Amino acid sequence: MIKYIIKRLLIGCLTLFILATITFFGVKAMPGDPFTQDNKVLSPETYAALEAKYGLDKPVGEQYIIYLTNVLHGDFGESISKKGTQVSDIIIQRAPVTAKLGIVAFGLSVSIGLLFGIVSALSKKRWVNNLITAFATLGVSIPGFLFAMICMIIFAVKLGWLPVVGLDTPRHYILPSIAIALSSISMITRLTRSSLKDVMNKDYITLARSKGTKEVWVIVKHGLKNALLPVITYCGPMFAGLITGSMVIETLFSIPGIGKEFTNSITNRDYTLVMGLTIFFGAIVIVMNLVSDIVAALVDPRIKLGK
Amino acid sequence: MSEKEMMLNEEIELSDDMFELLDDSEKNSEFIAIESKTFFRDAWDRFKKNKLALFGLIFLVIMITAAILVPMFSPYTFEGQDMANRNALPSMDHLFGTDKLGRDILVRIMYGARISLAIGFASAFINLIIGIVYGGVAGYVGGKVDMIMMRIIDVIYAVPSLLYVVLILMVFGNSITSMMLAICLTSWIQMARQVRTQVMSLKEMEFSLAARVIGASDWRILMKHLIVNALGPIIVCLTMMVPSAIFTESFLSFVGIGLDPSIPSWGKLANDCRTVIFTYPIQILWPVGAICLTILSLNFVGDGIGEALEIKR
Repeated sequence: MIKYIIKRLLIGCLTLFILATITFFGVKAMPGDPFTQDNKVLSPETYAALEAKYGLDKPVGEQYIIYLTNVLHGDFGESISKKGTQVSDIIIQRAPVTAKLGIVAFGLSVSIGLLFGIVSALSKKRWVNNLITAFATLGVSIPGFLFAMICMIIFAVKLGWLPVVGLDTPRHYILPSIAIALSSISMITRLTRSSLKDVMNKDYITLARSKGTKEVWVIVKHGLKNALLPVITYCGPMFAGLITGSMVIETLFSIPGIGKEFTNSITNRDYTLVMGLTIFFGAIVIVMNLVSDIVAALVDPRIKLGK
Repeated sequence: MSEKEMMLNEEIELSDDMFELLDDSEKNSEFIAIESKTFFRDAWDRFKKNKLALFGLIFLVIMITAAILVPMFSPYTFEGQDMANRNALPSMDHLFGTDKLGRDILVRIMYGARISLAIGFASAFINLIIGIVYGGVAGYVGGKVDMIMMRIIDVIYAVPSLLYVVLILMVFGNSITSMMLAICLTSWIQMARQVRTQVMSLKEMEFSLAARVIGASDWRILMKHLIVNALGPIIVCLTMMVPSAIFTESFLSFVGIGLDPSIPSWGKLANDCRTVIFTYPIQILWPVGAICLTILSLNFVGDGIGEALEIKR
């Protein structure tokens, strides 16, 4: 187990290193530069001074080594578009906003997804099944940001029930978190339904029933416990989806989170910020994948890690 | 000569009364009453029974035809502005109305359809080629080569593909070609995995041994025997790639980091409506409807093909 975790962490570090390398050279190869943003013509002296300030006058290879050393020391450099702000400060400042939204969305996905999945796997009523299937199909097909816009029109503009921008009160969380969670809710619904349906036909369920176990316990202890596995392994990739979702939802709802910062940094061609955020996102997703694999192994002893 | 052989050699007298004439209808008992069907014909028949899949296919055909024809025959162009006629509601002149600069929305949507569908299908097709070659080689050669190729995939897969897409777009500019390139370079992994699994199980089958016995080259065995037999799952994987490519493109263009703003892709059209979302909410319906219905149809068709080819996923 520990050996497996160490191996995965090493692969994770390698992945991050490769990602950092690709990002670094990709950003270097980008056309345009961060200093000539506002159509101002910079004098050659100012330009050279600016380049020297950010270390851009050195050869690319040297810049790369300097950057990697700094990153290893937790220093992502200074943002170019926001003068004097450290990239790590931006991450520390913005990440909690996205994290809060992400946690709400995560909770929504798991709870609603499981609920719908269980109901449709166990319900004998046809219309319940059809309704949930329709929801799951639509949820996977409708991009979250379009769904968010439709919701904005209906609930915020026409009905005026919910606020449109910002993230100040609990009511502000409703629309953005549902919009981010929509596709993962549907995925979890699908996964839970198909795996629970499989499990409920197994012999040990019949055995549990014939022993006179209460139906609730049959479902929870024998059924769900065995059916949860695909859902847990899905949670890792789901984090990647939540981060991607946050980029567009934060832009749409003007939420000052890290996803919005990322899209802004791209339009501003803020090299250091793009690199820092890419590495940050990559690290989170890698860790989450690892966590979900480990949790899956802890829940289900049938899984042998590392084989 | 034994008694048994004598019996065999004995002449048997056959007379007419030992036989009985059959009814005429019995003559046809071996007749194949229905036309024999090929595998794909069979699959098509099953596909046709799936109403949702059929609906999806019809919608897509209509969409593609309209995307080709409407911009050709419409009196409006996608960038022709008509300042006197801004934010018009749907009418006979402008079936979908006009946007904030007086541009005809129908033409813009159909122009967007060309872009989005082209990106979807083209990148899925390039994916197919990369996936087949990479997955095929990994699965067929096996051993160390396979292990290294799979580790590479693991490393790429560990990072959200959107980060790569964004990077590629930043480096190569915001043109349609670089969008296709970006989507291809990040989404071939699923296809490669699928092909590898199929090839690994198929190469153990007798027909691939037979092909090797008669001296077929490795490449020929892989392409003519293994890949052809794995076509079902490959097609299903392919149909699922088109909607995800369309989704990625519209997502990025919507946020403003995708295609160049002058290209009216669906994501860009949806983004345009954001400024008028409170005043003219009807305008948002068209791009949203176009994206959702197209992705939905593609998913239905994909599911339908999967069911028709009897592939479990």
